Amino acid sequence: MSQIKSLADLKKKREEIKTGLDVRIKSIDPENHVQVKVAMATCGIASGAKPIMEFFVEQLDRRNIPGVVTQTGCMGYCFAEPTVEIKLPGKDPVVFGYVDLKKADLIIEKYIKEGELIDGIIPVNYETIDSKE
Amino acid sequence: MLTLALNILDIVQNSIRAEASTITIDIGESIKNDFMDIRVSDNGKGMPEELLSKVTDPFVTTRTTRRIGMGLPLLKHQANLAGGDLSIESYQGKGTSTYVTFILGHVDRQPLGDIAGVMTILMSANPEINFLYNHKTDTGEYRFSSLEIKEYLGIEDFNDSHLLADIKEMINENLKDIGVFDIIKS
Repeated sequence: MSQIKSLADLKKKREEIKTGLDVRIKSIDPENHVQVKVAMATCGIASGAKPIMEFFVEQLDRRNIPGVVTQTGCMGYCFAEPTVEIKLPGKDPVVFGYVDLKKADLIIEKYIKEGELIDGIIPVNYETIDSKE
Repeated sequence: MLTLALNILDIVQNSIRAEASTITIDIGESIKNDFMDIRVSDNGKGMPEELLSKVTDPFVTTRTTRRIGMGLPLLKHQANLAGGDLSIESYQGKGTSTYVTFILGHVDRQPLGDIAGVMTILMSANPEINFLYNHKTDTGEYRFSSLEIKEYLGIEDFNDSHLLADIKEMINENLKDIGVFDIIKS
């Protein structure tokens, strides 16, 4: 396959796979998609958050799971980094700690696809004003 | 951090939290002068003078989730170990610029690492921010802008793993052309 070196090369490659992309892009609606937030503070990055984020971006796409992967700052769980918050549509967010590539795969296969909780969840340890009311 | 690319990813988080709309990463490497420098600058909120004077203290942070801020002190330490230093300029309402230098061939200088991967992660997670990347060596210079890529391709975001992989390849191929991988190996 020829190398991609310029914007023109990028555009050409993109046009080759455009049909599938159009369907996916038009249907992106964060409230009805899985939201994945990877903590990217110093402790997270030092512990390996970058490959975890890359894994979620690639694998949600490859497994055809509608989702949005973003980064967040320190969630305060420095002892358990890398940490990832997963929000399934209509459910409260769940934070997983000590996430490596193997666990990230399990999160996708078990929790995201089937709603089955797995080990390593960091319990909610705060209340918001909304939840107090 | 194992590589300077991860330090850059960490420092850029400060710019994102400062609500910057444009973040510029300049990297310079010169075998002739045995010198490397990295500048991360943004147009975010900036810092007050009082905070700026102690921002490299690990026990100083603006975060409320914890009481230490290790990003800048870690990078400063790595620069000092490799014969360089770190300095910061910041003006409230205008932005911040973090500048760090190294002796390129110093045995304790961390390798640059996967800078292309860092850039694609930043672009995908923050599509509303324009990331400008400039890399200069003795052999040449490579620049790109995430806004330019969006405009050229007619897209709103980078929520596509195939596109991100292609952008990563584009960056790496262009960096190879200006001898970046050779410099990392030396």
